[in-house]
Amino acid sequence: MTQLNLTVNGQSHELDVPQSRTLAEVLRYDLGLTGTKIGCEEAECGICTVHVDGVPVDSCIYPAFKAQGKSVKTIEGLAAVGADGAEQLHPVQQEFINHCAVQCGFCTPGLIMTAAAMLENNTSPSQKDIKIALKDTYCRCTGYTSVMNAIQSAGGIMRGDGPLPVNNPAVEEATANISQSHKVQDIVDRVTGRAKYTDDYKFPGMLFARTLRSAYPHAIVKHINTAHAKALPGVQAVLTAADIPGENIHGLVHLDWPVMVGEGQKARYMGDAIAIVAADSQDIADQAMRLIEVEYDVLPVVDSPVFAHTPEAAHVHENREDGNLLKHIKVRHGDMEQGFAEADVIIERTYRTPTTEHAFLEPECAIGIPSGFDEAHQKLTIYVGSQIPYQDRNQIARAMNLPDEAVRVRGVLIGGGFGGKEDIAGQIHVALLAEATQKPVKMLYTRQESLLFHPKRHATVIRIKTGAKNDGTLTAVEAELYGDAGAYASLSDKVMTRATTHATGPYNVPNAKIDCFAMYTNNPPSGAFRGFGVTQSAFAVEQNMDLIAEAIGMDPTELRLKNAQKVGVTTATGQLLRESVGLIETIDRVNIDMRGGLNGSFRWGWREGDKAYGWGIACAYKNTGLGGGAPDKSAAEVEAFDDGHVEVRTSSADMGQGLVAVLAQCAAEELGLPYANVRVLLSDTDLTPDGGPTTASRQTYMSGNAVRHAAANLRDALSTIVAEEYDQPPAQLRFEEGLVRVNGHSIQFGEAVRLAKKHGLATRIMHEYWGPQTQPLGTGGDMHFAFSYATQAALVCVDLNTGDVHVEKVLSATDIGRAINPLLLQGQIEGGIVMAMGNCLTESYIVEKGVPWSTLLARYKMPSIKHTPEIISRLVEHRAADGPYGAKGVGEIPSINTSPAIANAIYNAVGVRVFSIPVDQDALLRAMRTNETEVHTAWHDVI
Amino acid sequence: MPLWHDYHTPATVEEAIQTLARYDGEARIIAGGTDLLIDLQHTMQGRHTLAALVDVTAISEMTQIEEQDDLIYVGAGVTHTGIVDSPLIEQKATCLVESCGVVGGPQVRNVGTLGGNVAHALPAGDGTTSLTALNAEAEVAWHTGQREWLPLLQLFKGPGLSAVDSTRDVLIRFRFKASQQQEGTAFKRIMRPQGVALPVLGCAVWVKLNDSGDTYADAHICIGPVASIPARASEAEQALIGQPTTETTLDAVSHTARETLHPRTSKYRSTAAYRDYMIETLLRQALPLAVERARTGVAQAEGVGMG
Repeated sequence: MTQLNLTVNGQSHELDVPQSRTLAEVLRYDLGLTGTKIGCEEAECGICTVHVDGVPVDSCIYPAFKAQGKSVKTIEGLAAVGADGAEQLHPVQQEFINHCAVQCGFCTPGLIMTAAAMLENNTSPSQKDIKIALKDTYCRCTGYTSVMNAIQSAGGIMRGDGPLPVNNPAVEEATANISQSHKVQDIVDRVTGRAKYTDDYKFPGMLFARTLRSAYPHAIVKHINTAHAKALPGVQAVLTAADIPGENIHGLVHLDWPVMVGEGQKARYMGDAIAIVAADSQDIADQAMRLIEVEYDVLPVVDSPVFAHTPEAAHVHENREDGNLLKHIKVRHGDMEQGFAEADVIIERTYRTPTTEHAFLEPECAIGIPSGFDEAHQKLTIYVGSQIPYQDRNQIARAMNLPDEAVRVRGVLIGGGFGGKEDIAGQIHVALLAEATQKPVKMLYTRQESLLFHPKRHATVIRIKTGAKNDGTLTAVEAELYGDAGAYASLSDKVMTRATTHATGPYNVPNAKIDCFAMYTNNPPSGAFRGFGVTQSAFAVEQNMDLIAEAIGMDPTELRLKNAQKVGVTTATGQLLRESVGLIETIDRVNIDMRGGLNGSFRWGWREGDKAYGWGIACAYKNTGLGGGAPDKSAAEVEAFDDGHVEVRTSSADMGQGLVAVLAQCAAEELGLPYANVRVLLSDTDLTPDGGPTTASRQTYMSGNAVRHAAANLRDALSTIVAEEYDQPPAQLRFEEGLVRVNGHSIQFGEAVRLAKKHGLATRIMHEYWGPQTQPLGTGGDMHFAFSYATQAALVCVDLNTGDVHVEKVLSATDIGRAINPLLLQGQIEGGIVMAMGNCLTESYIVEKGVPWSTLLARYKMPSIKHTPEIISRLVEHRAADGPYGAKGVGEIPSINTSPAIANAIYNAVGVRVFSIPVDQDALLRAMRTNETEVHTAWHDVI
Repeated sequence: MPLWHDYHTPATVEEAIQTLARYDGEARIIAGGTDLLIDLQHTMQGRHTLAALVDVTAISEMTQIEEQDDLIYVGAGVTHTGIVDSPLIEQKATCLVESCGVVGGPQVRNVGTLGGNVAHALPAGDGTTSLTALNAEAEVAWHTGQREWLPLLQLFKGPGLSAVDSTRDVLIRFRFKASQQQEGTAFKRIMRPQGVALPVLGCAVWVKLNDSGDTYADAHICIGPVASIPARASEAEQALIGQPTTETTLDAVSHTARETLHPRTSKYRSTAAYRDYMIETLLRQALPLAVERARTGVAQAEGVGMG
């Protein structure tokens, strides 16, 4: 065997490895340098970037032997070691931290290595230089604005001019720990490659797994023959439905999804699992999978929600009374006849939004460890980056026929989620394989498998009819929505309910009739995705608003101000808004930024040479929390130690949004501690209480409150004991700066903890926070305990020669109640906006008769750094009384109104309105050339 | 399953041919591998594990850029970055820098080669489009041991189908005339932000002006894809030759090009009608640029890295 000689991070290696290795595999699996991440194996995402002889390359498609004799640098080799032996971060690493250019951290090594290579040659990069260098290095979280700032700042340091100031958003008032942009704990690990995600873990004797999936979107599995696969040397287990000890079912709201499709059962989409394999190597597992023979009876395919509702459509789920109708969701409010009778103008249009894909950069991965494997794994243990650890546990236990407590889910760092890591992926499969083989088993999905398998954003068809008086007063909204739920319910019920209840827009609409039909089809399932249905309805609502404005000759901003929800308004679901409705202020803030003092000469659209420019505006609201009567609670625990530090524990997930910082800030604030004294442990069903699902923009509010109350209770307990010791009333005590101050004395916080322990008092306090009660849809009460509000304006440039649409600028103002961590919050807004630009301009997950066409990341383009507009985001803080320090949710609101703002801007630029996305420049140009004013097709209609 | 077993890095073309011969069709040439590995991984996976890859990027005659007797030679193993960074090519074959500069991102351009782009035999490969307008020739080492220069277009046998059998033959290098006085080139393309990163339409032009610089003396135009293999737009070229470098001529050549080229609709990429419009858009961008370069003798590549 030829040896591979490499110098890696200055160290030479002579390796006996197969010549079929890629460089990424050698780095990760042979050298253990797991800082280099694999995101696609298609040279699309760039997160595997390393330097070979100083030149950045995609290591995932670079044969290792191509690097023979060369020098390789990875993220682990970027920092220097100082004279004192301490790690000295490279300026670009340092500035990624300072400018908050790191969220989930999974793409960070790629961004940093690509940027570092550019900075070697150019320490004064313009934004254009950065966009050229990082064009093919994706980040799904940040939206890239902070990344560009960080890189320019690093250049400043490298050329001796010093760093750039951090673009910290303005807030109303800050305390020691609230409204402070504290850094996420362990952030240094995310810029040095030390941060460990599921695939970075290794256990002794670990096996590698694969899933065989259905060959057809709709078919009965007649026979499965695993004999040949089992006979392959190196194969340790091949399991089918027959091997499941418990129930062969899972699901988050409805139990309708088989763990594996057994003989005689039905496969309902091409991601359905038929068999699972564990083998000594990934290669053997791949090979074994191909040796499994499956016979099918192919059934007719249900390929769209509208077709699914017709009598001709086959039933995706047999024995359901409602056939393919998963749910008919209704909003009824006021008197429709009267509403439309009062209207001077009625606009009725149909809008279409596509299925979209989360494309978190870390493909799903789970590791199962059998019970009793070693000291640390007495229970069946699953390592996974999950948004809902406790529900994972419950679903695993059901299939394993075990009590919940016999299973431990250990959440690890999550490389992006956005709603796409709520459903079960490989968790149950690795549990089955680990117990069957009595060995650790890892199931890492390829990017292509991830694209095929997991639930997506619902494609919708939305017909909406809006009535208004000539003075702009809205009189009625009637809407009909069809949502493609795909093969399994996942969260469709809830997502489509949100689309329905938010289909009036954030306006005072006295009469509304909205019907939504969530339909089963043989497409990949749809589920949670940032925006949760509201992204879809907002696309329709906000364009109808502009059509109304045009019809009555009113400024679109005026129309929105006139109808904006405010305190005292009752929503179409019957909820009286009592507080924290900052919509009008968000409109005003954006309006000021947009008009830039040009009130008289401001124009919504204009032309310069071959380019047409247009502004478009759109508003949004989004509930915080589960709502609709669902019991919404989060538990957290705070434990104080006598060295003066505190640990916060809850199972809530941090998928990059920075929850660990928010929770630590809440605890530090209540206990008067320096932020650095608080550690946060998340997502371990044995060590952390249940924080509930990380969904619905709920964790700052819910787990923030749980931590706040737990910490306050701990403070009160400590107060009692210190007060006794110093013989002062507890109310005289002040917890600040890591001290407990009383009457001129002060003792260290740790001392107070020691005192409490001495007196046998608990220094670990759990609090279960219950969110304010909500009511189910249709009962007329409060469906939600808080709403966030946002207004965005987009400036687009349309190339009159090509139809190409470029977003130049996005202005946003977001009412989030209170900015607990302004810089992290701004990261949510910038990232949400750029993700939403993808929704409007680039992304569509295409399925043809149940068979996905979007099988590669190369076929699913999302915004890259070159798409990033100038983003100006303002925070509006209308505090929510029950939110922690007044905060409400932010995770989803930024990605709701960007798409309609862009569509409105396109209309204002060129006079053509786009009713279906992603915008097709082809159809747009043809419409412009033929003087059409409406485009009803999108990119995926080019066939 | 591994995608290949052995990995060879021969130092000469002859050694590469011999190595391929030894595997008798079971080994393949790899240059940058940025297309090949993706094909192996995602398109051909499961069907076959290649016995070997034969890496040609260490063969020195395949990695050179040089000028000899007014001809520029570019090794098939030169990376896109190597071409973009070459002052010689930027000055004397500007369109090639412009086309290689919009392929992929920097990581792909640092590894992917011009030879790979041509061998992939796409009807509208960016590098191919410019080489066609440059009237390039390719040198091939056939498995018989014979070396041969042949017109570039003779390598194209159909979409994705090359005359060079990458399991037996080696595409060594390209050559084309360096731009002289009164000559200029340009490349432009139309992309869409969705779907596969293939151009909706690409266009490379080479023009030669008369001595006074106000008339087209000669022209080569390549617009694609309009057929299953790249081709010159000869009617459009004829509509230029002898005509003044005016708007009226641009109108006429656009009209002729739209009348004679018949682009098709490609699923999820472009309608025929849109491509038809884009023929004019591209000619109106590329021709004046090439004329300007021919007149001034100054050529600065546009749009590098902005693909």
